[in-house]
Amino acid sequence: MKEKLMKYVFFICACVSIFAVACICLFLFANGLPAMAKIGVLDFLTGTEWRPTSEIFGIFPMIIGSIYVTGLSIVIGVPLGLLCAVYLVYYCPKKLQGVLKTAVDLLAGIPSIVYGFFGLVVIVPIVQDIFGTNGQGVLTASILLGIMILPTIISVTESSLRQVPEEYYQGSLALGATHERSIFKTCIPAAKSGILAGVVLGIGRSIGETMAVMMVAGNQPVIPSSILGGVRTMTTNIVMEMSYATGLHREALIATAVVLFVFILIINVSLSLINRKGEK
Amino acid sequence: MGAFFKKYSGHPFSLIMAILIHLAALITVGVLFALVAYILIRGVANLSPELFAWTYNTDNVSMMPAIINTVIIMLLSLLIATPIGIFSAIYLVEYAKKGNKVVKWIRMTTETLAGIPSIVFGLFGYLMFVLFLHFGYSLLAGALTLSLMVLPTIMRTTEEALRAVPDSYREASFGLGAGHLRTIFKIILPSAMHGILSGIILSIGRIFGETAALIYTTGTAPVIYGGLLDSGRTLACHMYALLSEGLYMDQAYATAVVLLVLVLCINLLSNYIGNKMSGGKS
Repeated sequence: MKEKLMKYVFFICACVSIFAVACICLFLFANGLPAMAKIGVLDFLTGTEWRPTSEIFGIFPMIIGSIYVTGLSIVIGVPLGLLCAVYLVYYCPKKLQGVLKTAVDLLAGIPSIVYGFFGLVVIVPIVQDIFGTNGQGVLTASILLGIMILPTIISVTESSLRQVPEEYYQGSLALGATHERSIFKTCIPAAKSGILAGVVLGIGRSIGETMAVMMVAGNQPVIPSSILGGVRTMTTNIVMEMSYATGLHREALIATAVVLFVFILIINVSLSLINRKGEK
Repeated sequence: MGAFFKKYSGHPFSLIMAILIHLAALITVGVLFALVAYILIRGVANLSPELFAWTYNTDNVSMMPAIINTVIIMLLSLLIATPIGIFSAIYLVEYAKKGNKVVKWIRMTTETLAGIPSIVFGLFGYLMFVLFLHFGYSLLAGALTLSLMVLPTIMRTTEEALRAVPDSYREASFGLGAGHLRTIFKIILPSAMHGILSGIILSIGRIFGETAALIYTTGTAPVIYGGLLDSGRTLACHMYALLSEGLYMDQAYATAVVLLVLVLCINLLSNYIGNKMSGGKS
């Protein structure tokens, strides 16, 4: 009797996540879609002007902004993370390994507001000095995000590199390839799907990051003029204006979250496709 | 150094890659070091006893109320998320049959939950808990939102820990005549404790550092605990508020130190306990 009862308790708990995701979808879509319909889906998604005071809501600049910043952060973070993971697996002395892994874990644990603060007081002035702009823009945000996604990329790449059979590496060495050539021509291709999963995970983190980006991106709601230009992402658009928005403006912000949510769902689906392919 | 270059003579690709690899590792550690050192050096100088005064006012933006609120939110979130997370993992590992449709859904939604950005959680919390359920800006709304956020972490780490318990433990327990429930609570959970704990501590770190999900659920009132349905900012939100007001840069540095040190300690602890588990296994 007790056994049966507890089985149902466990089952109900396990269903909480289904319930939660359903609720999130329901609340976001129910509050966001009507606004999209009112503004006009096409006007909302492709409109290049965001002027809440005159009821013009086009989030195209924010979509482009998110894509720019995310793309560039991947360009910065992935090579760095990949090489660092290679170091961890193939170069690192045993003694150092624990230290380096702890460092990566700590990097993952630092709150995004602290990252943002660090970006604001350190990276922004550096960019200012080098390029003579006000320092806030696509590049600064991407550098910061590139650092923030490092732990994700490193840990996923590391574990997939460790799963590559030792024989691949040995075989390549035996054929006369150098240590590096063996790693880059046999081991990394063999770990391809795992690494790709890490990259997609990184994209997800990058596109969803809010506080850190807000502090260093400049936040002008326009399509960035250059790599140094100010940019506003979908996430920062929501967090900046939600505090005072009312009426249609508020609904438009929720609709922005809907668009962001759809992006995340696409990323999640591709992630599970990659993982499934990797398992085969 | 000379030997290093000699080894690579005639292999320019390998040489370049070897240098890049070492550089990448150096940069990664360097960034962490620079960040921590910079915040510590600039921040410690700004720490003062007044910043830990009991009350907050515009003359003295004390972080004490925020620290207390953070602890309350953390306890509340864990109180909600831990049992649910552990029970879900128990269901997935000990009860669920392979290929079950519901299990597939549970896994898919958990992954989705793990991927949702914190601002979307925040907005959801605002729409559901603050407005729809009429909690208003409150600690309760924030804690509920956060418990959903950390649920996947607790579920995943618990699941891994449970799967690491050898089947022979289960068989031995059944063999001695213990029921399924007794086996779970007396044998399996205690053996998986390290893994579960490290997941919970990891969640604490996330709760401490979260901002975006809390701004629109707990609100940012700088007051000390008045009740679960009162607004109150956590430490991370306190830091955000200081920065956005722009008047309290020094105090923001000080808050950053406290936040950073807390979170780093929490993560180290989680790491230590997690390692102890894997150490015991092998």
